[in-house]
Amino acid sequence: MKNLLEIRGLQIRTPRGKDVIKLVDKVDLDVGKKQSFGIVGESGCGKSITANALMQLLPYPLEVSGGTARFDGKNGEVELLSLTADRMRSLRGREIAMIFQEPMTALDPIFTVAFQMEEAIRFHNASINKKEMRERALEMLRRVNIPRPEQTLDSYPHQLSGGQLQRIMIAIALMNNPKLLIADEPTTALDVTIQAQILDLMNELKETADTSIIMITHDLGVIAETCQHVAVFYAGQVVEEADVGSIFHQTAHPYTIGLLRAVTSLGGEEKKLYTIPGIVPPGGLWGQGCRFADRCVKRMDKCIKDMPALAEVAPGHKCRCFLHSGEVEA
Amino acid sequence: MQAQVKQRALPGNESVLRLIWQEPLGRAGLLGVTLIVILAVLAPLISPFDVAKMHPKAKLAAPSFVYLFGTDHFGRDVFSRIIHGARVSLVVGIVSVSISAGFGYIFGMIAGFFEGKTESVILMIMDVIFAFPSILLALFIVSALGTSIVNTMIAIGIVNIPVFTRTVRASVKSVKSMDYIKNARSVGLKPAVILFKHITPNVLAPFTVQATLALSGAVLTEASMSFLGLGIQPPNPSWGSMLSDARKYMEIAPWLVIFPALFIILTILSFNVLGDALRDVLDPKLKL
Amino acid sequence: MRDYILKRLLMLIPVLLGISLSVFLIMQLVPGDVVSGILGIEQTPELRVMWEKKLGLDQPVHMQYLNWMGNVLRGNFGESFRTGAPVFPEIISRFQITAELAVLASFTALFIALPLGIISALKRNQPIDKGVRVAALMGVSVPSFASATLLILFLSKAFGYFTPVKYVSFLQSPGTNLEIMVLPAFILGASMAGSLMRMTRSSILEVMRQDFIKAVRAKGATERITIFRHALKNGSIPIITLVGMQMGSLLGGTVVIEQIFSIPGLGQYVLTGISQRDYPVVQGGVLFIAFVYVIINLLVDILYTYVDPRIQYT
Repeated sequence: MKNLLEIRGLQIRTPRGKDVIKLVDKVDLDVGKKQSFGIVGESGCGKSITANALMQLLPYPLEVSGGTARFDGKNGEVELLSLTADRMRSLRGREIAMIFQEPMTALDPIFTVAFQMEEAIRFHNASINKKEMRERALEMLRRVNIPRPEQTLDSYPHQLSGGQLQRIMIAIALMNNPKLLIADEPTTALDVTIQAQILDLMNELKETADTSIIMITHDLGVIAETCQHVAVFYAGQVVEEADVGSIFHQTAHPYTIGLLRAVTSLGGEEKKLYTIPGIVPPGGLWGQGCRFADRCVKRMDKCIKDMPALAEVAPGHKCRCFLHSGEVEA
Repeated sequence: MQAQVKQRALPGNESVLRLIWQEPLGRAGLLGVTLIVILAVLAPLISPFDVAKMHPKAKLAAPSFVYLFGTDHFGRDVFSRIIHGARVSLVVGIVSVSISAGFGYIFGMIAGFFEGKTESVILMIMDVIFAFPSILLALFIVSALGTSIVNTMIAIGIVNIPVFTRTVRASVKSVKSMDYIKNARSVGLKPAVILFKHITPNVLAPFTVQATLALSGAVLTEASMSFLGLGIQPPNPSWGSMLSDARKYMEIAPWLVIFPALFIILTILSFNVLGDALRDVLDPKLKL
Repeated sequence: MRDYILKRLLMLIPVLLGISLSVFLIMQLVPGDVVSGILGIEQTPELRVMWEKKLGLDQPVHMQYLNWMGNVLRGNFGESFRTGAPVFPEIISRFQITAELAVLASFTALFIALPLGIISALKRNQPIDKGVRVAALMGVSVPSFASATLLILFLSKAFGYFTPVKYVSFLQSPGTNLEIMVLPAFILGASMAGSLMRMTRSSILEVMRQDFIKAVRAKGATERITIFRHALKNGSIPIITLVGMQMGSLLGGTVVIEQIFSIPGLGQYVLTGISQRDYPVVQGGVLFIAFVYVIINLLVDILYTYVDPRIQYT
C-alpha cells in the first residue's frame, strides 16, 4: 500500500429517538507512513468518532453504516471496519494504539500502573515472564521521561499527576511498536506547560519510532506544533485538507479562515476576540447545501441549494467550497 | 472540558405530562395512578354497598354480579371495601408524604443554605432517623402514640423526612455553587429571597420525583402496618388488614387474598412507574 | 487503617446516642399511665409507689434516661411486663434466628440480583435486559407480605402446602430448620433482589461508560478480561455500600415475614411486644435492631475502604 491508512466513504450514524441521524458523512482520508496527520474541528464535528471507528471502539449506540478503512498492517493489508472482533483485538495495542483526552480516567483506578502496563504486553505476548515484562515497562517509562520509574510502576493512578499519567498512557500505547498511534485530544485536559512537554515528547518519539500519528484536536496551536498534514472537519465532513504550511498560509475554506482568525485575535492586533457567529449544526439538522453556509460571510445562493464536493484546488490541497471549485457533491 | 451550567429541564407542567404520556411505561403509570385516584375520590358514589354492612346469608360468597369481588367472612362486599380502601391508602399516603416533604423541604433548605453547624446538626438528626429500619420506626412510633389513622400518618411522615431532606439539601448545594446565585448574593439579595425565588425552581424536579416514589413507599408501609394489625383499625377498610384477615379463609375463599393483594401491587407499581418516568423526563442524565 | 476504624467508631457514638435518646423520648409519648397499665384495677397507693420506684418513674426524666442507658450498657434491658423474663437474653437468642433468616435472604438476593443485574447491563436494551428490568420493577413494587401470602395461597392450592406450625432451630435439626426457612428466606430475598438488581445494573452501566474501559479494549483486551477483570471489579465497589443500605429494609422485612411464617425471631418479639404494650420489650428490641443496623453499615464502610485503593485513610 502507498499509504498506511486509506479511509473511503466512512459513514457513522446513531439512532436518536425514532430517527437515525448521520454523524460522519462519507469521509475520505489518507494517512501516510511515518506521518503526523492532524484532524482539527470543534466538538461534535465527528473527528473523535472517526478515530474510534477505526479501532471498532464506537460507543453504543453509534455504528458504522458505510465505507472502508484499509490499513497496511504488520502482516499485510487489512480492512479495519470489517475485521472480526478477534482480529481487531489482535491489532489493538499492537498495530494501532490510542491515547485519550483525560489521563486521570483512562487508567483503571483499582490496579497499579505496573499491572496495567504489563497487560499491554501480556495481551500480545502469551509467553513472557514477569521479570521481562517489568523490564520492558521500566524501559518505556524511561523513554517517556518519567523521573522515578520504579516508584511510578508500583503506584495507583490516583497518586499521580495528569502529566505523569499521560506519559504513562503514551508508554502503554507505544509498548508494542504500533504502526499507527491515534491521539484523541491528548493535551486538552492538561496545563499549558505540561501540554508543551507532552507534545515535545510525542514529536521526539515519532522521530525514533516507525509510527504515524493521527492527532485529533480542536487546538490549531497543537496542529502547528506537531502535524505535517491536516484535515479540517466540520459537521461530519472534511472541509479542507492540505499540508500544514498551506493550511496556515494558503487557507482556502471560510471555516478554516474563521478558526485561524479566532486564534490570532487572542494575541494580535484585533481589539476584540473574534468568534464565528452561529453554532455548529448538529447531526439531524443538516440541510441540502453546504453545512457552513448559514455562518459563512461569503455565502452565495448556490451554497444553500447544493453541496460542494471536496475538490483539489491546488496540488495536495483540497477544499469543499464553491468559492474555489464549482464541483457539486454527487 | 468546559464548565457546563447544569440545566435541569424545566418545561411547564403541561408538557411534562405530555412527555410522560409519550413513553409507554409512563403512560401506564399515569393511567394506573389516575384510575386509583378516581376510585378513591368516587368511592362513596360508586360503591354498591356500605363497607360495614354485613350480609349474613352471603358470607364468603364467590365473586358474582351482585358481589363483584365476592364477600368476606362477615358477609361484607369486598368490592366496596376495596374501593374505600383505595381512599384510605391514598389519603394516608398523601398526608404522610406531605408531612415528610414539608419538613424535609424546610430542613433541607436550611441545611444546604446555611451549612456549618446547623447543617451538621440537621444531618445528624436525619442519620438517627435513618438508622432505624423504616417500618420498624413507624411501628414503634405508632406503638407509643396509639393506633389511629392520624398516628399512622404521622409515623410514616416522620420516617420519610430524611430522604426529602437529603434530596433538597443536595439540590440546594449544587445550585448554590452556580455563578448566578453568587452574583445574587453579592448584589445583596436577602438569603430568604434567594432561597425561594432562585433555588426553589431547581429543587422542584428531583423533589417531584422523590415525592412520587415516596407515595408508593407510603402506601407500602401503610399496607404493611395494617397487615400487622397496627395501622388502620377495623372497621375501616384497608387493603393490608383485608389481606391479613383473608389468610384464615384462603383455602375456601381465595378471592379474599387475590383482590387486596392485586390492588396493593397495582397501586405501588403505578406510582413507581410514574416516578421512574418522571425521573427520565426531568433529569435525563440519570437515564441509563 | 486502624486509625480509620477508630475514627469511625468515635463518629458512631453520637449516632448511637441519638438513637437511644430517640427511643427513650418516643417511649415517653405513651399516653396514659404505665403503672396503671400493669396493675390494672388492683391499684393501691402503696403498690403504685412501689412500682413507680421499681420502674424508676419517680425520678426526673433525664435521670430516668441515664439510668436506663447505664443499664443498657451493662446488658440489662429490663424485664418483660408480661412474663417478667429479662429482655436482653431473649433478644440475643431470638436475634440468632433473625440473623439466620437475614443471612439466608441476603444470599438469595445476591444470588439472584447480581448475575441478572450484570447481564442486564451488558446486554443493554436487548430482550433479556427488558425482562430483568420488568422483574426488578415487580420486585420493588410487590411488598413481601403480599408476595408471601400469594405464594402460600398458590402452594396450598397446588401442593397442599401449609405454613409450619412449630419452629425447629438449626442446631436441633438442620434439615427441618432449612425446610422451614427456605420459603421465608426466598420471599424476603426476592423482595430485596428487586432494588439490588436495578442498582447493580446502573452501577455496571456507569462503569462501562468510563474511559478506562475503552482504554483497556484499545490495548487489545478480550471482552472477557474487559468485563470480568475491569468492569465488574470496579462496578462491585459501589454495590457493597448499596447492599449495606439494604440491610435496613431487610431487618424491617423480617418483622413481617416472621409473623407470617410463625418464626420466633426478634421481629416477632418486638411486634408481640407492641401489641401487648410490653414496653421494655419494645424499647429493648427497637434499640437493639437500630444498633445492629448501624454497626452493619460501619462494617460495610470498612470493607469498602479495604477494596477501593482510592480511599485515603485520613
